[in-house]
Amino acid sequence: MNKYVERLYNGLVRENPTLVLMLGMCPTLAVSTRALNGIGMGLSTTAVLILSNLVISLLRKAIPDEIRLPSYIVIVASLVTVTELLIEAYLPSVYEALGIYIPLIVVNCIILGRAEAYANKNTPLLSVMDGIGMGLGFTVALTLAGLVREILGNGTAFGLRVLPESIEPMGIFVQPPGAFLVIALFIIIMNAIGIKTRQRKLVEGCDGCCANCAVTGCPKSEEVTK
Amino acid sequence: MKALILIVVSGALINNVVLNQFLGICSFLGVSKQMKASASLGFAVIFVITIASAVASLLYDFVLKPFGIEFMKTIVFILVIAALVQIVEMFLKKKSPAIYKSLGIFLPLITTNCAVLGVALTNVQNGYNFGECVLSGFGTAVGFTIAIVLLASVRVRIREEDLPAPLRGAPIVLISAALMSIAFMGFGGLSF
Repeated sequence: MNKYVERLYNGLVRENPTLVLMLGMCPTLAVSTRALNGIGMGLSTTAVLILSNLVISLLRKAIPDEIRLPSYIVIVASLVTVTELLIEAYLPSVYEALGIYIPLIVVNCIILGRAEAYANKNTPLLSVMDGIGMGLGFTVALTLAGLVREILGNGTAFGLRVLPESIEPMGIFVQPPGAFLVIALFIIIMNAIGIKTRQRKLVEGCDGCCANCAVTGCPKSEEVTK
Repeated sequence: MKALILIVVSGALINNVVLNQFLGICSFLGVSKQMKASASLGFAVIFVITIASAVASLLYDFVLKPFGIEFMKTIVFILVIAALVQIVEMFLKKKSPAIYKSLGIFLPLITTNCAVLGVALTNVQNGYNFGECVLSGFGTAVGFTIAIVLLASVRVRIREEDLPAPLRGAPIVLISAALMSIAFMGFGGLSF
């Protein structure tokens, strides 16, 4: 397989950031109440991720190693601010729905994780492909979680009614507890059909979060984000 | 007075930061294996979030607003929080080794805990003044501590149980968190 296409496959399937690597749990749980919210959040994060991978890859020889993490944070925070202002201006309904979680893309583990694990060692074009793959993988997982919650909790999919009126939707699934239940369900299914996930990292290792590891230089950060 | 109490109670229970707003999930799931560690993390979080909300509020009111650069808040807050945690760590190490010993290893973990940034941004969005920011930060952090200590005490018991294989590890922890979240929804009915 072409190494550029391989990056897409890697992000979407083999190392899917949400379903396999178990990264970026906060936005996954928080905004997956509707499938459309999942797409909005996923694509915003993808945009930031592609640009941050590109910029960091271009600057990888210019940034001294000791101050690379603060530099990455400044780059990512600037990109997030630009994205936030653009969404506020052109997509007010998305801005309304995602609220505080747009600026919080800064602390999304996936972005610093990819910067540290991939973009600072590879060429700009490969890093962009990696960003697209990882971003789309995140978007697909978020949309899937949103879709399941929306169908079970509201009887609709992408805003269109799919369950007959006679079936009372289980409102708990669009409430906060539903987020935990649906993600638990996903992991149970993946465990049952034997797909290996990094869930041990989620509940046992290195704070489960590579943004923390990246900033504090936790020795396991390589292992978590690889 | 009533409004101030409401801010604390709402931060701690009604809008619980982990179970309702999903901020700080990483450390909530990652450090809740043992009671002692989660209690220490909880106290470190209370310490850091309260100070961070105070500093963020002062910066927003006296630097960002007068210069009309409110849109820089995300960048400024994340850098200030990261620097602040480092300073607090150095200060404690020098002045109070006892506190440093119990909280020290958890301080760096908190730097990019999304709850810290989340609280600072929410405070600004709600237009809180200095006092309200500090109280809301404190309340939120207490909420985090309550949630993580409760989850840790549940997990200590789950460890002894014989679970079906696919449920072991993350799924059962997430299901416990879901049940706690349902319980915390009950606080939505609190009124003063």
